[in-house]
Amino acid sequence: MHAIEVENLSKSYGKVKALDAASFAVRNGELFGLIGPDGAGKSTLFRLLTTLLTPESGKATVNGLDTVKDYIAIRSRIGYMPGKFSLYPDLTVEENLEFFAALFGVTLEESYDLIEPIYKQIEPFKERAAGKLSGGMKQKLALSCALIHRPGILFLDEPTTGVDAVSRSEFWDMLSGLKERGITILVSTPYMDEASRCDRIALINEGHILGVDTPQGIVDGFRSPLYSIRSRHVFALLNAARQQEGVLECYPFGESHHMITDSAFTKERFMKAMSGFKDLEVKEIEPTIEDMFIKLMKR
Amino acid sequence: MNETVISVRNLTKCFGSFTAVNGISFDVHKGEIFGFLGANGAGKTTAMRMLCGLSYPTRGSGTVAGFDITREGEQIKRHIGYMSQRFSLYNDLTIWENMQLFAGIYGLTKKDTDERAKVLLERLDFFSERNTLVGSLPLGWKQKLAFAIATIHRPDVVFLDEPTGGVDPMTRRQFWELIYEAAESGTTIFVTTHYMDEAEYCSRVSIMVDGEVRALDTPTRLKEQFAAESMDEVFRTLARGAKREEQ
Repeated sequence: MHAIEVENLSKSYGKVKALDAASFAVRNGELFGLIGPDGAGKSTLFRLLTTLLTPESGKATVNGLDTVKDYIAIRSRIGYMPGKFSLYPDLTVEENLEFFAALFGVTLEESYDLIEPIYKQIEPFKERAAGKLSGGMKQKLALSCALIHRPGILFLDEPTTGVDAVSRSEFWDMLSGLKERGITILVSTPYMDEASRCDRIALINEGHILGVDTPQGIVDGFRSPLYSIRSRHVFALLNAARQQEGVLECYPFGESHHMITDSAFTKERFMKAMSGFKDLEVKEIEPTIEDMFIKLMKR
Repeated sequence: MNETVISVRNLTKCFGSFTAVNGISFDVHKGEIFGFLGANGAGKTTAMRMLCGLSYPTRGSGTVAGFDITREGEQIKRHIGYMSQRFSLYNDLTIWENMQLFAGIYGLTKKDTDERAKVLLERLDFFSERNTLVGSLPLGWKQKLAFAIATIHRPDVVFLDEPTGGVDPMTRRQFWELIYEAAESGTTIFVTTHYMDEAEYCSRVSIMVDGEVRALDTPTRLKEQFAAESMDEVFRTLARGAKREEQ
């Protein structure tokens, strides 16, 4: 049995189809990433799976339980951290934790061993009002609260959005620790570079699941030769490269541009045609998750 | 070629006994895309507020677009553009109305406004949509439109505050192309972000830690200097040493 199964799940808000026949499954004990931009349908999917919304069509199960019929049973077995900070800002750190423990009929002591690696980082501030915490500390408190009743499955909706690079990296380390304790984790992010921290990922855009695989498997599906090109004349290079034979796409990618090519392309001919760029560098490269996302979006 | 558009020396801002920005000095050249990075609480926002003429330095000096940041804040505001991810445009006004509003605030004539708005919208393929409410546009469109509006008064410098966070990868590319185009035509771009892949698009990058600029160079040279694969690694190496707790 899978921890989460999603079959042809759809949800609309008025005329907007937020989620369109999404299907995928998350295995027990997996750290599964849902990766896509704002407006892709990530939060809608989370609300459907955490039983806060009902689907328009399709079906989903969590721990084998139906998200519509068995919603009460699901709620005590999952932990959910919404995208917006949703704890009580005027309660202290400790009061928030005790409140969530009381809701689920557990005590802080019973669950302390599970939340300890995360909670001990904010424990020195346990008398502070939650609303007065920094972004990184709020995130740790929200995760502690989501874990207080020892859920089997964790749903984390964009936990790293708006958090600096150091805190983001630490957060992923915490998730790896929780995975080792046997917890299944479904986590969403708009940041493609976080994909590599997951066992498997689903790419999602405009309500559609574009692909599901391991991060390496996703990248292996790219198949077209991909080149990185660079010159000081960034904008001129982009426009010139697009005119060349065998170049399907050319787009900015940080310090260089990435160029998707077909069988008509040869590096020698390209270099010759572009000899006006004296500082031109061209090299064949491995695609990233973001390259694959762009390719799938165009399909 | 190396005309300086932003120049600050020993710029410092204290709030009571807390030194938010501690003696930073750097120059930004015309047409450059300058990345201004730092962890949460490193002092980026405070520094940027001083550059935009919104806050006075406690010590130090600087010029932006040729105006003094301590004495000519009002002039600076007229010569810069500003775009933030959070607040950018009015959702309950149309695309066209937003353009009219911001152009009006910058004192453009009706004739100039209409001409420039048309050119900018045609460039984005938005002209036929000009009567659409901004609130009903997808995020990526809003961001491109916000950038166009931030340049409607032809500023010397545009300040971008985390411009492409959360935007889909394709729209994001289109956005960076707009930035490249603007930079090539001589507009200086000053970008703050804490997403390191955005930093890779910049001509040069500075990294603030605990109120100080701890590194400043091209992304390539910073990666060499710190023997790092990515800007993310460079940033983490520097920011891990931070003593200050984020705000």
